[in-house]
Amino acid sequence: MSVKIKNFPGEELETKVIKEGKIPTERCRPKAKFAWSAGIAISRFLDELKNGKIIATTCSKCGRIMVPPRIYCEKCYAPTDGWAYVKDTGVVNTFSVSFLAADATRLKEPIIVAIINLDGASEGMGIVHRIEEVPDWKEVKIGMKVKAVWKPPRERTGSITDIKYFKLMRE
Amino acid sequence: MFGKKRVAIVGAGITLFRRNLKETGKELSYHASKMALDAAGLELRDIKSVVMGSAPDAFDGVHMKGEYLADGAGAYHKPYTRVFVGGGTGVFTPLAGWWHVASGQFDTCLVVCEEKMSSCYPHPQFAFTTIFDPILERPVGMNLVWIFALEMNRYMHRHNIKKEDIALVSVKNKRNALDNPIAQLAARITVEDVLNSEIMAWPVQRLDISPTSDGAAAVVLASEDVAKEVTDNPVWIDGVGWCIDSTQWTDRDLYYPDYVECAARMAYKMAGIKNPPKEIDLAEPYDPFDYKELHHMEGLLLCKKGEAPKLTKEGVTQRDGDLPTCPSGGLLGCGNPIAAAGLMKVSEIFWQLRGEAGKRQIRGDPRTGVAQAWGDLMQYGAVIVLRR
Amino acid sequence: MSLEKITNPLNARHWIGDMEADYVYTLGVAGERFFKELKEKGRIMGAKCPRCNTVFVPPRLYCEECFAKLDEWVEVGKEGAVHTFTIATIDIDGSKLEKPVTYALIKFEGVHGGIIHKIGETDKVTIGMKVKAVLKPPSERVASINDIKYFKPTE
Repeated sequence: MSVKIKNFPGEELETKVIKEGKIPTERCRPKAKFAWSAGIAISRFLDELKNGKIIATTCSKCGRIMVPPRIYCEKCYAPTDGWAYVKDTGVVNTFSVSFLAADATRLKEPIIVAIINLDGASEGMGIVHRIEEVPDWKEVKIGMKVKAVWKPPRERTGSITDIKYFKLMRE
Repeated sequence: MFGKKRVAIVGAGITLFRRNLKETGKELSYHASKMALDAAGLELRDIKSVVMGSAPDAFDGVHMKGEYLADGAGAYHKPYTRVFVGGGTGVFTPLAGWWHVASGQFDTCLVVCEEKMSSCYPHPQFAFTTIFDPILERPVGMNLVWIFALEMNRYMHRHNIKKEDIALVSVKNKRNALDNPIAQLAARITVEDVLNSEIMAWPVQRLDISPTSDGAAAVVLASEDVAKEVTDNPVWIDGVGWCIDSTQWTDRDLYYPDYVECAARMAYKMAGIKNPPKEIDLAEPYDPFDYKELHHMEGLLLCKKGEAPKLTKEGVTQRDGDLPTCPSGGLLGCGNPIAAAGLMKVSEIFWQLRGEAGKRQIRGDPRTGVAQAWGDLMQYGAVIVLRR
Repeated sequence: MSLEKITNPLNARHWIGDMEADYVYTLGVAGERFFKELKEKGRIMGAKCPRCNTVFVPPRLYCEECFAKLDEWVEVGKEGAVHTFTIATIDIDGSKLEKPVTYALIKFEGVHGGIIHKIGETDKVTIGMKVKAVLKPPSERVASINDIKYFKPTE
């Protein structure tokens, strides 16, 4: 974008030209399957979720109660030295009302995703989850209290989705 | 002085930024690199080292993308490094180039940034979702736009900012881009247009976001002795800073980017800047979303926390204001080929300080500019201070 | 800390998933011309550097050595020689192939670079063996490297 340069290179193509195969292209879908190790801390976290409980790790140096749990405190750079249960209620730290699915397709009914600061964990500690049972999404505000809605015990598999969603605690 | 040698930018090159370009990544890298070399009056054999910056391999769909792009970036049989810090790459790459020259090891370094996002089908956004934790976050159905939306909401809430104020940034940058020959999305829009655009993930609407793009940019770095031989108008890299936060983004209060402040302080210390709003003449903060320009202006210490929307409303950040911000049109106006976008901002400061920015030229005698890029899972800050 | 030696990731506590992505690659400015020549005229082209005098196959937009733009294209012909080869017995997923397939790097006289492709119509392949490209009939070509069916030995 210097005035000294007159021509900027690049041959533009319209998306539909590519989609309709009007120019030659090569297509490839790599097969990439993964088995991600849950790790020490999250393995226990998932086990506890199956039991309907949320567990955190604690660091005695800085006093934080951390969820999701981890085996090292990244601030003190030392191993965490304890476990503690936190509640399945919390407060909405921030949220978004998404009309986009994970693959960018449009949704008629939005997904409400939020970071929830769980009661019992240190300030600011949050987990990501959905908020449901909200007839009008404009109702949701930062600071509202929420509670987890769990799957029945026999349907739980040891996954973050053992919590189906969080619902607003209306007074 | 930090480093053994002072380092200057002596030439810059750039391709068009478009949703789809026919050129392969190698060809894009070539075009930008050749243009930068020609601008500097140098040949490939004068280049002693090459640094490439390019964001995830998953966009171009080529594993070890840095290696793939190497010959297009003139790195044939040369010392070559590829760096990658997500969206922060575009400013981090010249920082890595700076290490090469400031250390005294190489007299020249060609810095290239390339992105070809159109290969990822049907939309590059899909490749992004793998940044989320596979066990705790992906099963919830995470979409990339959500993290911006969560951050924007928190920022608005904390400082009581309305969407109308944020939309002004999109209006400004798209309009600035009308004077940028490489821009993808230059347009004359209004705040109403932004507020009426499709809701993607509230509070993010369509006109709040920059698009995905293909494109490449390059700059040539030279040590002080070489720079003075090659040009009368070198632009010095006087400050560099970089910083990372954790990917445990759910632990943080998202209203303020601490890691940007951390990188900015490092760069300002090196450049001897004590009062950023007074000593900096123009800024190119990273603006993939309109609220991000405000978020980053505050992280760059160009104003107090929560004050950036006020400066925008008052016209301070317009091209003829006291602190022109994103005079290039930014990512909102030019497009967002991730790594190339950040280097585009660095090149804009380079051209502005030399008086070569044509219709985009800011008035007065700008001497000091700052460019910043932000990346990964909302965790990386890279800051560069350029001076004439 | 776990001291068990585990070689199969499925034996440790894990979460299964895949990285979903589809790719559509444009051939590039030089690439598109190379494949159009192959498809429409059935010929293999190279690009020549005016400064270094090197001819590149596959042809590219720029000389990687001196960075000159390559505008001069030359026909390289369909005959080359096997520079090296391998015999594949398993497929991309690790299952056994019905019949082994020989892949070779074929280089052309006086040309920098070469083409990787299959060797057909013979079971005996040696380094240095002279080979010739066998193309698909024009109606079946789509401007892809597979417009060449394989390389076969010339007598």
